[in-house]
Amino acid sequence: MELPALGWQALVILVVFGVSLLIATYSTYAERVIAAFLQDRVGPDRAGPFGLLQPLADAVKLFTKEEFFPAGSNRALFVFGPCLAMVTALMASAVIPFGNYLQFGSTIIWLQGIEVNIGMLYVFGVVSLGVYGIMIGGWASNNKFSLLGAIRAASQNISYELAMGLSLIAVLMISETLSLREITLQQSVPGEWQFWNIVKQPLGFIIFIVCAFAETNRTPFDLPECETELVGGYHTEYSSMKMGLYLFAEYINVFVASAVMSVLYFGGFNFPFQYELRAFLAESQGMVTAHNIVTGLGVVAIFVKIFSFIFFFMWVRWTLPRFRYDQLMRLGWTILIPLAIFNILLTGG
Amino acid sequence: MQPLSNRAKILAKKPMTLAERAYLPAIFQGLSITMRHFFSKKATIRYPEETRPFSPIFRGLHVLKRDEQGRERCTACGLCAVACPAEAITMVAGERKKGEEGLYREEKYAVSYEVNMLRCIFCGLCEEACPKAAVYLQADKMAPPRFERDEFIYGKDRLVEPVSPDARSQRGIQLTPEQAEVLRNKMAQQPA
Repeated sequence: MELPALGWQALVILVVFGVSLLIATYSTYAERVIAAFLQDRVGPDRAGPFGLLQPLADAVKLFTKEEFFPAGSNRALFVFGPCLAMVTALMASAVIPFGNYLQFGSTIIWLQGIEVNIGMLYVFGVVSLGVYGIMIGGWASNNKFSLLGAIRAASQNISYELAMGLSLIAVLMISETLSLREITLQQSVPGEWQFWNIVKQPLGFIIFIVCAFAETNRTPFDLPECETELVGGYHTEYSSMKMGLYLFAEYINVFVASAVMSVLYFGGFNFPFQYELRAFLAESQGMVTAHNIVTGLGVVAIFVKIFSFIFFFMWVRWTLPRFRYDQLMRLGWTILIPLAIFNILLTGG
Repeated sequence: MQPLSNRAKILAKKPMTLAERAYLPAIFQGLSITMRHFFSKKATIRYPEETRPFSPIFRGLHVLKRDEQGRERCTACGLCAVACPAEAITMVAGERKKGEEGLYREEKYAVSYEVNMLRCIFCGLCEEACPKAAVYLQADKMAPPRFERDEFIYGKDRLVEPVSPDARSQRGIQLTPEQAEVLRNKMAQQPA
Protein backbone atom coordinates (compact mmCIF):
# COMPACT_ATOMS: atom_id res chain seq x y z
CA MET A 1 0.00 0.00 0.00
CA GLU A 2 1.32 3.42 -0.92
CA LEU A 3 1.83 6.10 1.67
CA PRO A 4 -1.02 8.46 0.64
CA ALA A 5 -3.44 5.55 0.68
CA LEU A 6 -2.11 4.57 4.09
CA GLY A 7 -2.67 8.13 5.26
CA TRP A 8 -6.26 8.01 4.06
CA GLN A 9 -6.68 4.71 5.82
CA ALA A 10 -5.40 6.20 9.07
CA LEU A 11 -7.87 9.05 8.65
CA VAL A 12 -10.72 6.59 8.15
CA ILE A 13 -9.67 4.70 11.29
CA LEU A 14 -9.57 7.94 13.28
CA VAL A 15 -13.01 8.92 12.01
CA VAL A 16 -14.45 5.52 12.87
CA PHE A 17 -12.90 5.80 16.33
CA GLY A 18 -14.31 9.27 16.85
CA VAL A 19 -17.72 8.36 15.53
CA SER A 20 -17.91 5.34 17.86
CA LEU A 21 -17.12 7.55 20.83
CA LEU A 22 -19.54 10.24 19.72
CA ILE A 23 -22.35 7.75 19.24
CA ALA A 24 -21.65 6.18 22.64
CA THR A 25 -21.71 9.66 24.21
CA TYR A 26 -25.02 10.53 22.70
CA SER A 27 -26.41 7.07 23.42
CA THR A 28 -26.38 8.04 27.09
CA TYR A 29 -28.47 11.09 26.24
CA ALA A 30 -30.71 9.13 23.88
CA GLU A 31 -31.24 6.46 26.50
CA ARG A 32 -32.42 8.99 29.04
CA VAL A 33 -34.68 10.81 26.60
CA ILE A 34 -36.17 7.59 25.20
CA ALA A 35 -36.70 6.21 28.70
CA ALA A 36 -38.43 9.43 29.65
CA PHE A 37 -40.65 9.45 26.57
CA LEU A 38 -41.66 5.84 27.09
CA GLN A 39 -42.63 6.77 30.64
CA ASP A 40 -44.58 9.91 29.67
CA ARG A 41 -41.82 12.24 30.85
CA VAL A 42 -39.62 14.64 28.87
CA GLY A 43 -36.14 13.69 30.07
CA PRO A 44 -33.09 15.96 30.39
CA ASP A 45 -33.81 19.26 28.65
CA ARG A 46 -31.91 21.81 30.70
CA ALA A 47 -28.31 21.69 29.46
CA GLY A 48 -28.27 23.43 26.11
CA PRO A 49 -31.02 23.27 23.49
CA PHE A 50 -33.14 20.14 24.12
CA GLY A 51 -30.56 19.16 26.73
CA LEU A 52 -28.06 18.29 24.01
CA LEU A 53 -25.12 19.28 26.22
CA GLN A 54 -26.21 16.80 28.89
CA PRO A 55 -23.47 14.25 28.01
CA LEU A 56 -20.86 16.99 28.54
CA ALA A 57 -22.36 17.84 31.90
CA ASP A 58 -22.34 14.15 32.80
CA ALA A 59 -18.70 13.83 31.79
CA VAL A 60 -17.71 16.84 33.91
CA LYS A 61 -19.61 15.34 36.82
CA LEU A 62 -17.93 11.95 36.45
CA PHE A 63 -14.47 13.46 36.14
CA THR A 64 -14.85 15.53 39.29
CA LYS A 65 -16.06 12.61 41.40
CA GLU A 66 -13.80 11.06 43.98
CA GLU A 67 -11.49 8.29 42.78
CA PHE A 68 -12.26 5.50 45.18
CA PHE A 69 -10.25 2.34 45.76
CA PRO A 70 -11.89 -0.20 48.06
CA ALA A 71 -9.81 -1.67 50.86
CA GLY A 72 -8.14 -4.94 49.93
CA SER A 73 -8.65 -4.39 46.24
CA ASN A 74 -6.03 -5.19 43.67
CA ARG A 75 -5.21 -1.67 42.53
CA ALA A 76 -3.58 -2.52 39.22
CA LEU A 77 -6.34 -4.86 38.12
CA PHE A 78 -8.96 -2.49 39.49
CA VAL A 79 -7.76 0.14 37.01
CA PHE A 80 -7.11 -2.38 34.25
CA GLY A 81 -10.68 -3.74 34.26
CA PRO A 82 -12.52 -0.69 32.88
CA CYS A 83 -9.66 0.05 30.47
CA LEU A 84 -9.92 -3.44 28.99
CA ALA A 85 -13.69 -3.17 28.72
CA MET A 86 -13.34 0.12 26.86
CA VAL A 87 -10.49 -0.95 24.56
CA THR A 88 -12.14 -4.19 23.47
CA ALA A 89 -15.41 -2.39 22.87
CA LEU A 90 -13.68 0.15 20.65
CA MET A 91 -11.57 -2.40 18.78
CA ALA A 92 -14.61 -4.25 17.46
CA SER A 93 -15.72 -1.33 15.29
CA ALA A 94 -12.49 -1.51 13.26
CA VAL A 95 -13.66 -4.13 10.77
CA ILE A 96 -17.19 -2.87 10.22
CA PRO A 97 -17.69 -1.61 6.66
CA PHE A 98 -19.44 1.73 7.00
CA GLY A 99 -19.56 2.30 3.29
CA ASN A 100 -18.44 1.29 -0.15
CA TYR A 101 -15.27 2.84 -1.57
CA LEU A 102 -14.81 6.45 -2.52
CA GLN A 103 -12.75 7.20 -5.62
CA PHE A 104 -10.70 10.36 -6.11
CA GLY A 105 -8.62 10.11 -9.26
CA SER A 106 -6.63 6.94 -8.82
CA THR A 107 -6.97 6.82 -5.05
CA ILE A 108 -9.57 4.42 -3.71
CA ILE A 109 -10.63 4.82 -0.12
CA TRP A 110 -12.68 2.12 1.52
CA LEU A 111 -14.87 3.45 4.29
CA GLN A 112 -13.81 0.73 6.66
CA GLY A 113 -11.15 0.64 9.39
CA ILE A 114 -9.37 -2.45 8.15
CA GLU A 115 -10.49 -5.15 5.79
CA VAL A 116 -9.61 -8.61 7.06
CA ASN A 117 -10.84 -11.83 5.55
CA ILE A 118 -11.78 -13.13 9.00
CA GLY A 119 -13.79 -10.02 9.95
CA MET A 120 -16.60 -11.85 11.67
CA LEU A 121 -14.21 -14.06 13.67
CA TYR A 122 -12.32 -10.94 14.70
CA VAL A 123 -15.49 -9.28 15.97
CA PHE A 124 -16.37 -12.41 17.91
CA GLY A 125 -12.90 -12.71 19.39
CA VAL A 126 -12.73 -9.09 20.48
CA VAL A 127 -16.27 -8.97 21.83
CA SER A 128 -15.73 -12.10 23.90
CA LEU A 129 -12.60 -10.46 25.32
CA GLY A 130 -14.87 -7.74 26.66
CA VAL A 131 -16.16 -10.01 29.38
CA TYR A 132 -12.64 -10.11 30.83
CA GLY A 133 -12.90 -6.40 31.55
CA ILE A 134 -16.01 -7.07 33.59
CA MET A 135 -14.52 -10.15 35.28
CA ILE A 136 -11.25 -8.46 36.20
CA GLY A 137 -13.07 -5.41 37.52
CA GLY A 138 -15.50 -7.50 39.52
CA TRP A 139 -12.79 -9.69 40.96
CA ALA A 140 -10.37 -6.87 41.78
CA SER A 141 -13.05 -4.97 43.71
CA ASN A 142 -12.80 -7.39 46.65
CA ASN A 143 -16.56 -7.28 47.02
CA LYS A 144 -18.98 -10.20 47.04
CA PHE A 145 -21.59 -8.41 44.96
CA SER A 146 -19.06 -7.38 42.35
CA LEU A 147 -17.71 -10.91 42.14
CA LEU A 148 -21.20 -12.38 41.79
CA GLY A 149 -21.94 -9.90 39.03
CA ALA A 150 -18.70 -10.79 37.28
CA ILE A 151 -19.42 -14.50 37.49
CA ARG A 152 -22.89 -13.95 36.11
CA ALA A 153 -21.46 -11.88 33.26
CA ALA A 154 -19.00 -14.63 32.42
CA SER A 155 -21.49 -17.48 32.50
CA GLN A 156 -24.06 -15.46 30.59
CA ASN A 157 -21.64 -14.44 27.87
CA ILE A 158 -20.32 -17.96 27.43
CA SER A 159 -23.84 -19.41 27.23
CA TYR A 160 -25.10 -16.92 24.72
CA GLU A 161 -21.96 -16.80 22.61
CA LEU A 162 -22.63 -20.42 21.67
CA ALA A 163 -26.12 -19.72 20.37
CA MET A 164 -24.87 -16.55 18.70
CA GLY A 165 -22.08 -18.39 16.94
CA LEU A 166 -24.44 -21.15 15.82
CA SER A 167 -26.95 -18.67 14.41
CA LEU A 168 -24.08 -16.98 12.62
CA ILE A 169 -22.93 -20.23 11.03
CA ALA A 170 -26.17 -20.30 9.06
CA VAL A 171 -25.34 -16.86 7.63
CA LEU A 172 -21.80 -17.96 6.83
CA MET A 173 -23.15 -21.04 5.04
CA ILE A 174 -24.97 -18.70 2.67
CA SER A 175 -22.19 -16.18 2.25
CA GLU A 176 -19.25 -18.64 2.29
CA THR A 177 -16.99 -15.90 3.62
CA LEU A 178 -16.11 -14.35 6.96
CA SER A 179 -15.27 -10.95 5.52
CA LEU A 180 -17.87 -8.39 6.55
CA ARG A 181 -17.29 -6.40 3.36
CA GLU A 182 -17.91 -9.48 1.22
CA ILE A 183 -21.05 -10.32 3.20
CA THR A 184 -22.35 -6.81 2.64
CA LEU A 185 -21.60 -6.78 -1.06
CA GLN A 186 -23.25 -10.17 -1.52
CA GLN A 187 -26.49 -8.82 -0.17
CA SER A 188 -26.90 -6.65 -3.21
CA VAL A 189 -25.44 -7.87 -6.47
CA PRO A 190 -26.13 -5.61 -9.45
CA GLY A 191 -28.44 -7.08 -12.03
CA GLU A 192 -29.82 -9.98 -10.03
CA TRP A 193 -32.40 -10.27 -7.31
CA GLN A 194 -30.39 -10.57 -4.11
CA PHE A 195 -32.02 -9.28 -1.03
CA TRP A 196 -30.85 -8.79 2.55
CA ASN A 197 -30.07 -11.83 4.64
CA ILE A 198 -33.01 -11.19 6.97
CA VAL A 199 -35.27 -12.65 4.28
CA LYS A 200 -33.29 -15.88 4.16
CA GLN A 201 -32.54 -16.05 7.87
CA PRO A 202 -35.50 -14.74 9.89
CA LEU A 203 -35.10 -17.37 12.63
CA GLY A 204 -31.35 -16.86 12.72
CA PHE A 205 -31.87 -13.12 13.10
CA ILE A 206 -34.19 -13.54 16.06
CA ILE A 207 -31.67 -15.84 17.76
CA PHE A 208 -28.87 -13.43 16.95
CA ILE A 209 -30.62 -10.35 18.29
CA VAL A 210 -31.60 -12.11 21.53
CA CYS A 211 -27.99 -13.18 21.97
CA ALA A 212 -26.81 -9.65 21.14
CA PHE A 213 -28.93 -8.35 24.00
CA ALA A 214 -27.32 -10.91 26.29
CA GLU A 215 -23.80 -10.20 25.04
CA THR A 216 -24.11 -6.47 25.63
CA ASN A 217 -25.60 -7.07 29.11
CA ARG A 218 -28.67 -5.06 28.26
CA THR A 219 -32.10 -5.54 29.83
CA PRO A 220 -33.72 -8.09 29.93
CA PHE A 221 -30.30 -9.73 30.26
CA ASP A 222 -28.62 -7.22 32.58
CA LEU A 223 -28.04 -9.72 35.36
CA PRO A 224 -24.39 -8.73 35.86
CA GLU A 225 -25.50 -5.33 37.15
CA CYS A 226 -28.81 -6.40 38.62
CA GLU A 227 -29.52 -3.53 41.03
CA THR A 228 -32.19 -5.28 43.04
CA GLU A 229 -29.95 -8.16 44.02
CA LEU A 230 -26.34 -7.11 43.54
CA VAL A 231 -26.34 -3.37 44.40
CA GLY A 232 -24.62 -2.46 41.14
CA GLY A 233 -23.11 -5.79 40.12
CA TYR A 234 -19.56 -5.73 38.81
CA HIS A 235 -19.24 -1.94 39.02
CA THR A 236 -20.52 -1.61 42.61
CA GLU A 237 -17.16 -0.34 43.89
CA TYR A 238 -16.38 1.87 40.93
CA SER A 239 -16.64 5.62 40.98
CA SER A 240 -15.57 8.57 38.87
CA MET A 241 -14.49 8.02 35.27
CA LYS A 242 -13.67 4.33 35.80
CA MET A 243 -17.38 3.85 36.33
CA GLY A 244 -17.93 6.10 33.32
CA LEU A 245 -15.71 3.85 31.19
CA TYR A 246 -17.79 0.79 32.07
CA LEU A 247 -21.02 2.55 31.20
CA PHE A 248 -19.43 3.92 28.04
CA ALA A 249 -18.15 0.49 27.02
CA GLU A 250 -21.69 -0.83 27.29
CA TYR A 251 -22.95 1.79 24.86
CA ILE A 252 -20.10 1.17 22.44
CA ASN A 253 -20.96 -2.53 22.60
CA VAL A 254 -24.54 -1.67 21.76
CA PHE A 255 -23.33 0.38 18.82
CA VAL A 256 -21.07 -2.43 17.59
CA ALA A 257 -23.80 -5.04 18.02
CA SER A 258 -26.19 -2.81 16.06
CA ALA A 259 -23.59 -2.34 13.33
CA VAL A 260 -22.90 -6.07 13.10
CA MET A 261 -26.61 -6.84 12.87
CA SER A 262 -27.04 -4.22 10.16
CA VAL A 263 -24.19 -5.73 8.18
CA LEU A 264 -25.09 -9.38 8.63
CA TYR A 265 -28.86 -9.26 8.25
CA PHE A 266 -29.88 -5.86 6.90
CA GLY A 267 -27.52 -5.34 4.01
CA GLY A 268 -25.07 -2.95 5.67
CA PHE A 269 -24.54 0.07 3.45
CA ASN A 270 -26.83 -1.21 0.71
CA PHE A 271 -30.14 0.46 0.19
CA PRO A 272 -32.95 -0.32 -2.24
CA PHE A 273 -32.62 0.93 -5.82
CA GLN A 274 -29.01 2.01 -5.34
CA TYR A 275 -27.92 0.68 -8.74
CA GLU A 276 -30.83 2.36 -10.49
CA LEU A 277 -29.91 5.59 -8.72
CA ARG A 278 -26.26 5.22 -9.67
CA ALA A 279 -27.14 4.58 -13.29
CA PHE A 280 -29.45 7.58 -13.27
CA LEU A 281 -26.78 9.86 -11.77
CA ALA A 282 -24.08 8.49 -14.05
CA GLU A 283 -25.86 9.94 -17.08
CA SER A 284 -25.38 13.50 -15.86
CA GLN A 285 -22.45 13.31 -13.42
CA GLY A 286 -20.23 10.61 -14.78
CA MET A 287 -19.64 7.18 -13.33
CA VAL A 288 -17.11 8.11 -10.62
CA THR A 289 -19.08 10.97 -9.09
CA ALA A 290 -22.27 8.94 -9.24
CA HIS A 291 -20.55 6.11 -7.41
CA ASN A 292 -19.23 8.48 -4.73
CA ILE A 293 -22.68 9.97 -4.19
CA VAL A 294 -24.24 6.53 -3.85
CA THR A 295 -21.48 5.55 -1.42
CA GLY A 296 -22.25 8.62 0.68
CA LEU A 297 -25.92 7.71 0.73
CA GLY A 298 -24.89 4.19 1.69
CA VAL A 299 -23.10 5.55 4.76
CA VAL A 300 -26.31 7.36 5.66
CA ALA A 301 -28.21 4.11 5.09
CA ILE A 302 -26.05 2.03 7.42
CA PHE A 303 -26.21 4.67 10.12
CA VAL A 304 -29.99 4.83 9.83
CA LYS A 305 -30.03 1.07 10.34
CA ILE A 306 -27.62 1.28 13.27
CA PHE A 307 -29.61 4.03 14.95
CA SER A 308 -32.81 2.05 14.49
CA PHE A 309 -31.19 -0.89 16.23
CA ILE A 310 -29.87 1.29 19.04
CA PHE A 311 -33.37 2.67 19.45
CA PHE A 312 -34.71 -0.87 19.52
CA PHE A 313 -32.19 -1.82 22.22
CA MET A 314 -33.41 1.08 24.36
CA TRP A 315 -37.06 0.48 23.57
CA VAL A 316 -36.74 -3.12 24.76
CA ARG A 317 -34.81 -2.04 27.83
CA TRP A 318 -37.65 0.16 29.02
CA THR A 319 -40.29 -2.44 28.18
CA LEU A 320 -39.18 -5.81 29.49
CA PRO A 321 -38.30 -6.77 33.04
CA ARG A 322 -35.12 -8.67 33.87
CA PHE A 323 -34.92 -12.46 33.58
CA ARG A 324 -34.36 -14.62 36.60
CA TYR A 325 -31.02 -16.40 36.52
CA ASP A 326 -32.48 -19.89 35.95
CA GLN A 327 -34.77 -18.54 33.22
CA LEU A 328 -31.77 -16.96 31.57
CA MET A 329 -29.85 -20.23 31.54
CA ARG A 330 -32.85 -22.26 30.39
CA LEU A 331 -33.50 -19.86 27.52
CA GLY A 332 -29.88 -19.96 26.45
CA TRP A 333 -29.16 -23.66 26.67
CA THR A 334 -32.47 -25.44 26.08
CA ILE A 335 -34.14 -23.09 23.61
CA LEU A 336 -31.74 -20.89 21.71
CA ILE A 337 -28.99 -23.45 21.06
CA PRO A 338 -31.35 -26.20 19.76
CA LEU A 339 -33.16 -23.56 17.70
CA ALA A 340 -29.87 -22.38 16.25
CA ILE A 341 -28.86 -25.93 15.34
CA PHE A 342 -32.28 -26.45 13.76
CA ASN A 343 -31.71 -23.25 11.80
CA ILE A 344 -28.40 -24.60 10.51
CA LEU A 345 -30.13 -27.80 9.41
CA LEU A 346 -32.83 -25.74 7.73
CA THR A 347 -30.24 -23.64 5.89
CA GLY A 348 -28.23 -26.68 4.87
CA GLY A 349 -31.28 -28.62 3.70
CA MET B 1 -65.59 -18.07 53.36
CA GLN B 2 -67.94 -15.41 52.08
CA PRO B 3 -66.14 -13.13 49.61
CA LEU B 4 -66.05 -9.53 50.76
CA SER B 5 -66.61 -8.11 47.29
CA ASN B 6 -67.60 -9.41 43.90
CA ARG B 7 -64.23 -8.48 42.42
CA ALA B 8 -62.53 -11.73 43.38
CA LYS B 9 -61.30 -13.56 40.30
CA ILE B 10 -60.72 -17.28 40.42
CA LEU B 11 -57.53 -18.22 38.67
CA ALA B 12 -56.81 -21.69 37.42
CA LYS B 13 -53.24 -22.74 36.86
CA LYS B 14 -53.24 -24.06 33.33
CA PRO B 15 -50.25 -24.93 31.17
CA MET B 16 -49.21 -22.15 28.82
CA THR B 17 -50.07 -22.40 25.16
CA LEU B 18 -47.31 -22.51 22.56
CA ALA B 19 -47.80 -18.82 21.74
CA GLU B 20 -47.46 -17.93 25.41
CA ARG B 21 -44.40 -20.10 25.82
CA ALA B 22 -42.71 -18.53 22.81
CA TYR B 23 -42.86 -15.15 24.62
CA LEU B 24 -42.49 -13.23 21.37
CA PRO B 25 -46.19 -12.29 20.98
CA ALA B 26 -46.23 -11.02 24.56
CA ILE B 27 -43.01 -9.10 23.94
CA PHE B 28 -44.48 -7.41 20.86
CA GLN B 29 -47.58 -6.57 22.85
CA GLY B 30 -45.41 -4.95 25.49
CA LEU B 31 -43.40 -3.08 22.89
CA SER B 32 -46.57 -1.71 21.32
CA ILE B 33 -47.75 -0.49 24.71
CA THR B 34 -44.52 1.36 25.39
CA MET B 35 -44.55 2.79 21.87
CA ARG B 36 -48.03 4.18 22.47
CA HIS B 37 -46.66 5.94 25.53
CA PHE B 38 -43.74 7.25 23.48
CA PHE B 39 -46.15 9.34 21.43
CA SER B 40 -48.61 10.16 24.18
CA LYS B 41 -48.87 13.52 25.86
CA LYS B 42 -46.21 14.05 28.50
CA ALA B 43 -47.21 14.63 32.09
CA THR B 44 -44.21 16.83 32.85
CA ILE B 45 -44.70 20.50 33.70
CA ARG B 46 -41.42 22.31 32.99
CA TYR B 47 -41.58 24.31 36.20
CA PRO B 48 -39.92 27.69 35.93
CA GLU B 49 -41.35 28.26 32.45
CA GLU B 50 -44.71 26.59 33.02
CA THR B 51 -46.62 26.55 36.25
CA ARG B 52 -49.41 24.31 37.35
CA PRO B 53 -52.70 26.27 37.30
CA PHE B 54 -53.99 27.13 40.77
CA SER B 55 -57.44 26.18 41.88
CA PRO B 56 -59.73 29.24 42.03
CA ILE B 57 -60.22 28.64 45.76
CA PHE B 58 -56.49 28.17 46.42
CA ARG B 59 -55.38 29.84 49.66
CA GLY B 60 -51.96 31.38 49.18
CA LEU B 61 -50.15 34.43 50.40
CA HIS B 62 -52.04 36.89 52.65
CA VAL B 63 -52.96 40.38 51.60
CA LEU B 64 -54.28 43.25 53.72
CA LYS B 65 -56.90 44.91 51.58
CA ARG B 66 -57.66 48.57 51.16
CA ASP B 67 -61.12 49.93 50.60
CA GLU B 68 -62.24 51.60 47.39
CA GLN B 69 -60.77 54.93 48.54
CA GLY B 70 -57.40 53.40 49.15
CA ARG B 71 -57.63 53.32 52.98
CA GLU B 72 -56.46 50.31 54.95
CA ARG B 73 -59.45 48.32 56.12
CA CYS B 74 -57.73 46.66 59.06
CA THR B 75 -58.74 48.01 62.44
CA ALA B 76 -56.42 45.79 64.47
CA CYS B 77 -59.22 44.11 66.36
CA GLY B 78 -57.12 40.95 66.74
CA LEU B 79 -59.88 38.51 65.80
CA CYS B 80 -57.69 36.98 63.10
CA ALA B 81 -54.91 36.39 65.61
CA VAL B 82 -57.39 34.76 67.97
CA ALA B 83 -58.82 32.61 65.20
CA CYS B 84 -55.42 31.53 63.94
CA PRO B 85 -54.84 27.90 64.99
CA ALA B 86 -51.13 28.17 64.26
CA GLU B 87 -50.64 31.45 66.13
CA ALA B 88 -48.93 32.95 63.16
CA ILE B 89 -50.37 36.47 63.38
CA THR B 90 -49.16 39.21 65.68
CA MET B 91 -50.15 42.84 65.56
CA VAL B 92 -49.76 46.10 67.39
CA ALA B 93 -52.72 48.48 67.39
CA GLY B 94 -52.47 52.24 67.30
CA GLU B 95 -54.77 55.26 67.21
CA ARG B 96 -55.32 57.14 64.02
CA LYS B 97 -53.92 60.70 64.24
CA LYS B 98 -55.66 63.72 62.88
CA GLY B 99 -54.97 64.12 59.19
CA GLU B 100 -54.53 60.41 58.60
CA GLU B 101 -58.17 59.84 57.75
CA GLY B 102 -57.20 59.18 54.15
CA LEU B 103 -54.89 56.32 55.18
CA TYR B 104 -56.94 54.31 57.65
CA ARG B 105 -60.63 53.72 57.50
CA GLU B 106 -61.21 53.20 61.21
CA GLU B 107 -60.01 55.22 64.19
CA LYS B 108 -57.84 52.32 65.29
CA TYR B 109 -55.39 50.76 62.91
CA ALA B 110 -52.58 48.22 62.88
CA VAL B 111 -49.20 49.88 63.45
CA SER B 112 -47.56 46.59 62.73
CA TYR B 113 -49.11 43.43 61.41
CA GLU B 114 -46.92 40.37 61.01
CA VAL B 115 -47.65 36.91 59.64
CA ASN B 116 -45.08 34.20 60.15
CA MET B 117 -45.28 32.19 56.94
CA LEU B 118 -43.43 29.28 58.51
CA ARG B 119 -46.13 28.91 61.15
CA CYS B 120 -49.09 29.66 58.91
CA ILE B 121 -51.01 26.64 57.70
CA PHE B 122 -53.02 28.64 55.14
CA CYS B 123 -56.33 27.44 56.58
CA GLY B 124 -58.11 30.70 55.89
CA LEU B 125 -59.65 31.08 59.35
CA CYS B 126 -58.27 34.64 59.63
CA GLU B 127 -60.13 35.48 56.45
CA GLU B 128 -63.34 34.09 57.94
CA ALA B 129 -62.83 35.84 61.28
CA CYS B 130 -62.18 39.30 59.86
CA PRO B 131 -65.19 41.62 60.43
CA LYS B 132 -63.74 44.31 58.18
CA ALA B 133 -63.02 42.13 55.14
CA ALA B 134 -59.39 43.21 55.46
CA VAL B 135 -57.34 40.03 55.29
CA TYR B 136 -57.53 37.64 52.39
CA LEU B 137 -55.50 34.68 51.16
CA GLN B 138 -54.70 35.26 47.51
CA ALA B 139 -55.48 32.51 45.04
CA ASP B 140 -52.52 33.19 42.77
CA LYS B 141 -49.53 33.89 45.03
CA MET B 142 -47.42 31.70 47.29
CA ALA B 143 -44.82 32.51 49.89
CA PRO B 144 -41.59 31.91 47.96
CA PRO B 145 -38.69 29.95 49.49
CA ARG B 146 -36.01 31.97 51.27
CA PHE B 147 -32.71 31.30 52.98
CA GLU B 148 -33.30 32.87 56.40
CA ARG B 149 -36.09 32.20 58.88
CA ASP B 150 -36.72 35.85 59.70
CA GLU B 151 -37.36 36.55 56.05
CA PHE B 152 -40.54 34.54 56.41
CA ILE B 153 -42.06 36.98 58.88
CA TYR B 154 -44.07 39.18 56.56
CA GLY B 155 -44.70 42.67 57.85
CA LYS B 156 -47.07 45.32 56.58
CA ASP B 157 -44.57 46.30 53.89
CA ARG B 158 -45.20 43.01 52.17
CA LEU B 159 -48.79 42.37 53.22
CA VAL B 160 -50.73 45.55 52.57
CA GLU B 161 -52.19 45.79 49.12
CA PRO B 162 -49.73 47.92 47.18
CA VAL B 163 -50.70 51.35 46.00
CA SER B 164 -49.66 52.61 42.67
CA PRO B 165 -47.50 55.73 42.92
CA ASP B 166 -48.43 56.77 39.42
CA ALA B 167 -51.98 58.10 38.96
CA ARG B 168 -52.06 56.97 35.34
CA SER B 169 -51.21 53.37 36.14
CA GLN B 170 -53.97 50.80 35.81
CA ARG B 171 -52.41 48.51 38.39
CA GLY B 172 -53.25 48.59 42.09
CA ILE B 173 -55.28 51.15 43.94
CA GLN B 174 -54.48 54.78 43.33
CA LEU B 175 -54.22 57.25 46.16
CA THR B 176 -55.27 60.85 45.79
CA PRO B 177 -52.39 63.36 45.92
CA GLU B 178 -53.40 64.36 49.44
CA GLN B 179 -53.37 60.76 50.66
CA ALA B 180 -50.00 60.16 49.04
CA GLU B 181 -48.59 63.27 50.70
CA VAL B 182 -49.69 62.10 54.17
CA LEU B 183 -48.30 58.62 53.49
CA ARG B 184 -44.96 60.03 52.37
CA ASN B 185 -44.66 62.18 55.50
CA LYS B 186 -45.50 59.22 57.70
CA MET B 187 -42.93 57.03 55.96
CA ALA B 188 -40.31 59.76 56.40
CA GLN B 189 -40.94 59.90 60.16
CA GLN B 190 -40.53 56.17 60.66
CA PRO B 191 -37.04 54.90 61.38
CA ALA B 192 -35.71 52.80 58.57
